[in-house]
Amino acid sequence: MNSDHHVILRVVSKMLLPIIVMFAFYTQFHGDFGPGGGFQAGIIIAVGVILYALIAGVPAAMRAVPPAFTRSLAAIGVMVYAGVGYWAMLKGGNYLEYQALFNEPPGEHHGQHIGIMVIELGVLFGVSGAMLTIFYAFAGRVAEIRDKDW
Amino acid sequence: MTGVLEGDIGIALVNILLLTVLFVVAIAIARLRNLFAIVMLSGIYSLVSATWYVVVDAVDVAFTEAAVGAGMSTVVLLGAMLLTSRTAKPDKKFARLGPLLVVIATGVMLIYASVDLPALGDPNSPVNQGVGLTYMQINWADTGIPNVVTSVLGSYRGFDTLGETTVVFLAGLAVALLLGFGERSLAESIRREGNLPDRNAASGAEAGKEEDAS
Amino acid sequence: MLEFILERANYWAIIGLMMIGLYITFASGNLIKRLVGLSLFQTSVCLFYVTLGKVAGGTAPILYGEDAVEHGGGHGADAAHHATGVTGGHALGNASAPVELVHTYSNVLPHVLMLTAIVVGVATLSVGLALIVRIREAYGSIESDEVREIDLEMALAQEAEIDQWLNEAGA
Repeated sequence: MNSDHHVILRVVSKMLLPIIVMFAFYTQFHGDFGPGGGFQAGIIIAVGVILYALIAGVPAAMRAVPPAFTRSLAAIGVMVYAGVGYWAMLKGGNYLEYQALFNEPPGEHHGQHIGIMVIELGVLFGVSGAMLTIFYAFAGRVAEIRDKDW
Repeated sequence: MTGVLEGDIGIALVNILLLTVLFVVAIAIARLRNLFAIVMLSGIYSLVSATWYVVVDAVDVAFTEAAVGAGMSTVVLLGAMLLTSRTAKPDKKFARLGPLLVVIATGVMLIYASVDLPALGDPNSPVNQGVGLTYMQINWADTGIPNVVTSVLGSYRGFDTLGETTVVFLAGLAVALLLGFGERSLAESIRREGNLPDRNAASGAEAGKEEDAS
Repeated sequence: MLEFILERANYWAIIGLMMIGLYITFASGNLIKRLVGLSLFQTSVCLFYVTLGKVAGGTAPILYGEDAVEHGGGHGADAAHHATGVTGGHALGNASAPVELVHTYSNVLPHVLMLTAIVVGVATLSVGLALIVRIREAYGSIESDEVREIDLEMALAQEAEIDQWLNEAGA
């Protein structure tokens, strides 16, 4: 990975990385008004880390985003999602009934907005964590991806 | 009744063009033996079908297909290809005949069944009159979220999405249990820093362990 | 007749794509190619669902214009809101009354179903690929006929071993 002919690729990708992650967050939080949501944003964040792994090597990516962190992130995502359901139950509603989160009458949309935002965050964590775990499992199996393999 | 004929002629042309490209890519996948080319073509197939989703108004699906199909699944397929082999064995000539007959019979039956389907774009078809239309009509008063896909995904079908997230999590877990969490690559980096002895010795020991395990 | 064909040409094209995916799954012995065929088949099923939900003259299912009037501060301004506020009665668990939409939108339900199906599809695809990687490590091959031969040889060897052991035990 130290060969010089990748230098343009490395520099350009390094510039692209923050933009990719920012686009993922735009996708996440603009999902209420346009196309997008937790699934897409999770995949885009995972792809950003995968791009980093491709240009800097998998060990470097594993130091930046450790595998232990990604698999906990996947579990946390599912728990956040399920937790919203229990939050609604604690407030006296049914499981995942966002209207009950703040005990609102119909027509008030605060609970719906907050509820959907939190479960989309859960989906984001779950999907990005699971996808990165899958990528590390496959990429960690080969010692290093050599140039001739691409 | 005149669903597709009423619409824009440009849209119809784009429709035909994209479906033709999909056909060409699919047939190329069926005929090729180089796995690298097959994986790349499946990425192209996903990207073209994402474009086609935009033509039929499914922007969220298009976004997902472009991110998942063209990005993630290509990466995973490439990772698996690097770990296994680069080319497929050629098929035996007569072995193609049976699958071909089965597939043609299935296709003819499906086309025969599709004669009963409502016309493309018919607003009065059972598909477009049922619960989908109701979601569109009650969504704004219920949730106040303009993107109906998000509100149906998160609110009306929240249980469904919880299940899907759990499935994705479990799939990640299953892959990690089958392949490990990437320790080999970490071992490589530790060895390079000088904490582990010679590479050949290390990989030899690893291979020996594997044989014992299997 | 031409109209009839044009109205269903999309379905037939998608059925054709589906059948190519099915053919790849059936005919190829290579396991990775087989999974690619399966994902082709899955994408075609998604295409079929989404094309059924298309409404002529419709747009993407994102409410705009008169269908999504912002209600500044209060909620009485919007007729639909007002109605639900009055008829709602109990605070929780009431669906609002359907309102007529001004614009035409495509059907939202197939989009939601296929969106989640695609994400789950890549998750299951990676589980399948992980299994293939393990098969390769155990058998040294990912061609299904070679794997079957090795399996047969192993079974025969085990049978022979058992026979030998039985003979020895009997003697």
